[in-house]
Formats: sequence, structure tokens, C-alpha cells
Amino acid sequence: MAESLSIFLTALIKSVIILFGVFLPGAAGSVYFERKISAWIQNRIGPNRVGPFGILQPIVDVVKLIIKEDIIPLVADKRFHALAPVIAVTTAMATFAVMPFGNFVVIGNLRIDLNIASNVNVALLYVLAVGSVSVYAITFAGWSSNNKYSMLGGLRSASQMISYELSMGLSLVGVIMIAGTTSLNGIVEAQANMKWNVFTQPLGFIIFLVASFAETNRSPFDLPEAEPELVGGYNTEYAGMKWGMFFLAEYGHMIAASGMISTLFFGGYDIPFVKQLFPSVFYDGALILGIMQVGFFLTKIAIFAFFFIWVRWSLPRFRYDQLMDLGWKVMMPLALVNIIVTSLVMYALR
Amino acid sequence: MRSPAGKETQKDRMGFWERIYLPEIAKGMATTFKQMFEPAVTREYPEERFAPTGSYRGRPVLVLEEDGERCVACGLCSRVCPALAIQVQAGETLERDKERYPEKFEINMLRCIFCGFCEEVCPEEAIVMSKDYEMVFQNREEAILGKEKLLTPVAQLQDRLEYLRTHQYYEPK
Repeated sequence: MAESLSIFLTALIKSVIILFGVFLPGAAGSVYFERKISAWIQNRIGPNRVGPFGILQPIVDVVKLIIKEDIIPLVADKRFHALAPVIAVTTAMATFAVMPFGNFVVIGNLRIDLNIASNVNVALLYVLAVGSVSVYAITFAGWSSNNKYSMLGGLRSASQMISYELSMGLSLVGVIMIAGTTSLNGIVEAQANMKWNVFTQPLGFIIFLVASFAETNRSPFDLPEAEPELVGGYNTEYAGMKWGMFFLAEYGHMIAASGMISTLFFGGYDIPFVKQLFPSVFYDGALILGIMQVGFFLTKIAIFAFFFIWVRWSLPRFRYDQLMDLGWKVMMPLALVNIIVTSLVMYALR
Repeated sequence: MRSPAGKETQKDRMGFWERIYLPEIAKGMATTFKQMFEPAVTREYPEERFAPTGSYRGRPVLVLEEDGERCVACGLCSRVCPALAIQVQAGETLERDKERYPEKFEINMLRCIFCGFCEEVCPEEAIVMSKDYEMVFQNREEAILGKEKLLTPVAQLQDRLEYLRTHQYYEPK
């Protein structure tokens, strides 16, 4: 009893730390840098009025959203209309439960794992499952708004998920085969010392990257909210903080996807070679190693978050039929080829 | 592969690497990355203001000389105005050489489209386009400018008058 309580309490403390230390600052930072980077790419200055270099802009945005009137359409299905943004944010946050920010640190005789749910052995499956739930948010929002544009956005989101979830899952089979486990810590340990999956699984990496862009509804796959043809897509009928929650979820998904890409393909928290070079300082469980691993991992997340933003302001949106073609006719067969080639190579090198 | 209609499309003309699409994406991304380090072209308005040259067509104004306004209230500007923004009421006086003057001259800035026809048609060069582009009104009445707001000393309009002299009239070679 006492043990389960202590597990619960440590998980709770870690969740709060990750919520206020990674999720919210990450989302706020991405909002700010999304606007700044888009401005730089378009030879503009970007937000620079609120605080030095406009860094308080996200806070002002949120204050504005909170004091805005919350408009619910008369004909909307009110329960689902209110539920959709909650699901969106929850699923965006849920991925962080298993994300390994580091291995573990030992303080005194207390072992602290640097993720919320310590070493879950089905972590990867959990991430994929939670990612699929996020589509419900958009579909609910689209359906319950009772608006044609929202409806189309929701439908697009559903079909997009079906097309991409499949190749996303298949692209990770190679990674699982190499690591021999679906535990994220296990996958990171299997990539230790620069044996990154991006070198051994380049095709799987590209498929996963493209699929995660579709999964997070980011451009070039932001068809559910395509402004030119769908007004605002699924979020047309939302106002104030409910609308803001969709965007919090979008940026949370972006951070989560960046974390998954770096965990699965870029060695995650592992710092190459330090454990071999300085075994006296950087042994497993050393506090300094733990802190450096977290820093290393957050840097990787920041790099991929930048990549997500950079892509958004570079590439045009796909057309609906092109998206379907890419998902079913290109990425799925390629993912299957990747599995076959990986298994053949692994059999040959056995 | 031909499209079903049998016409050659852009897709048919693409080579292998263009079909793969990834190298083209890399090219596009390189372009946007380069753009990030280009200087910004933004003008930060309230601090940094645009300084128009003589060719700028801003708010139309009436020219005021030392001995009074140039306008003789012929009404041509009112006549030519496509937006019907100008209203002129002529008056007569014996105090000056010019016996006619506008008793009332109003430009409705909510109607004005800044075409400059009034300036072009004016035989006296009495109505010209100024450099003023900051027009803020609290209500509709305020947007109808009377003579007191339109009359501008000729010294302030030198750039425009100079421009009109050099550019306005067609001169045969």
C-alpha cells in the first residue's frame, strides 16, 4: 500500500514538473517561434511589441483568448462541442507519460526514473494508441459544430488518420525488430553510441516523419483546417479558450512528435560515448549524467520543433486525393518493403 | 503514364527525381532557410513613417496663397469627381481681382477615391493632392472636410506643384 502510494506520488510530482516544465513552455515557445520563424522566412520582423523581442506574446495571446466570449452555436451538440477540446489537449499531454527524458538518477538510495511511467514495456504501442485517439477530438469538433465546413474538416481528419496511422505503425516495425522491445527506454539503449535508427532505418524514418506530420495536422498535411477552402475547418465554430485549447493541443502534439522522432530515430536521451570515455563521472544513475541527458533530449526536441515550423512555412498543402495517394499507394508499400528488407538483413547478419 | 483525358500534364513531364519529390522539398527548404537570414523589409509604422515624394496622391487640398485661395469655384472638380465627393458653392466678391470664390467647398473623405481627377481638371491648379495619408475620423460628420481644413499654404505643396509642372501635361517631342 505504502509502496503504491509512493509510486503514485512520484508520478504525480513528475507529471506536474513535465506539464509546467516541458509541455506548457514548449507549446508557448512554439507559438512564439512559429510566428517569429514565419516572419523571418517572409522577410518580416514578427511580434516585437510585448516585452523584449516580443517574448511575452504567447502570454498576451492566452489572456486575450481567456477574456473572449465563449460562443457555442445554438444548433451545436453542446456536450461534444465542449468535450472535443478537452480530448485534444488530453491526448496531446498523454504522450508525455511514457516519453523518456533520461534514464534514471540515484540520489541517496532513491532511484528516480526520468519519465513519468517508469519503463513501460508497451510504451510504443501506447504512444500509437493515444495518437489515434487524438483524431476523435477533431472529428467530434467537426460533427458537433453542426457546420458544413467543420464537418468536412472532421471527415478529412478521420480519413487522413486511417491512411497514415497504418504506415506510421508499419514504419516502426523495423525499429522494434532492431531493439527487440517496445519499451522506449529499450529502444534508446539499443541506439546507444551513435547507432541511431536514422542510419539503419532511413526509409522507416522518412515514412515516420511524413506520417507524424499528418498525425499532428501540421502543414503540408493540415487539410482538416485548410483555411482557403474550409474557412477554419474543424475549429470554425470555436471561440476563446476552447479554440485556444485546440492550438495548445496542436503545439503539444508537435512537441510530442518531436520527442518521439528523437527517441525512435535519433538516439533519444543517449549521449554518445561519454559513458565509455569518462566512466568515473558519467556512470548510470549519476545526477550529472541525468541532467545532461534531459538537456540533450530537450535540445533534440527543440531542433525537431524548429523543423516542423520550418516545413510549415516552406511547403504548400497537399490536395486531398494526393494525400490519399501518398498514404495508400506510396507509403504503405514502402513501409512493407522496409519491414521485409530489415528482416532479411537481420536474418543475414544473425 | 498519361492522364485519363489523354492530354500530357505537368505530372507526365516530370522526371524521376521530381516524382520522388524529396529532392524538390529539400530545394524548397533550402530557399526558405536562406530567406531567414535576409534583412527584414518591415517598416515599423508609428516610429518609422513613409515619406512620400511629389508623385504621391494623398488627401486632396485647396491651395492657399498670400492673397487668398486660388479656387474660382468653377465646379469642374465637382463635375468630374467619379465618387461625387466634392461639393462647391460659388460666391462673388469685389474685394479682389478674382471675383468668384467658393463660399462652400466640401470634400467627403468617405467618398473620395484619391483618383486625382479633380486636380487634373482644375484650370487654376487650385486643388492638388497632398502628401497626407493619415486620415482618422471619429464620426461621419468629421469626415466631410470644409474649407478651413482643406486650405493649405502654397509653401507646403511645392513638391506636388513641381511634379505637376514636370509630369502632368503631355508635351510633344
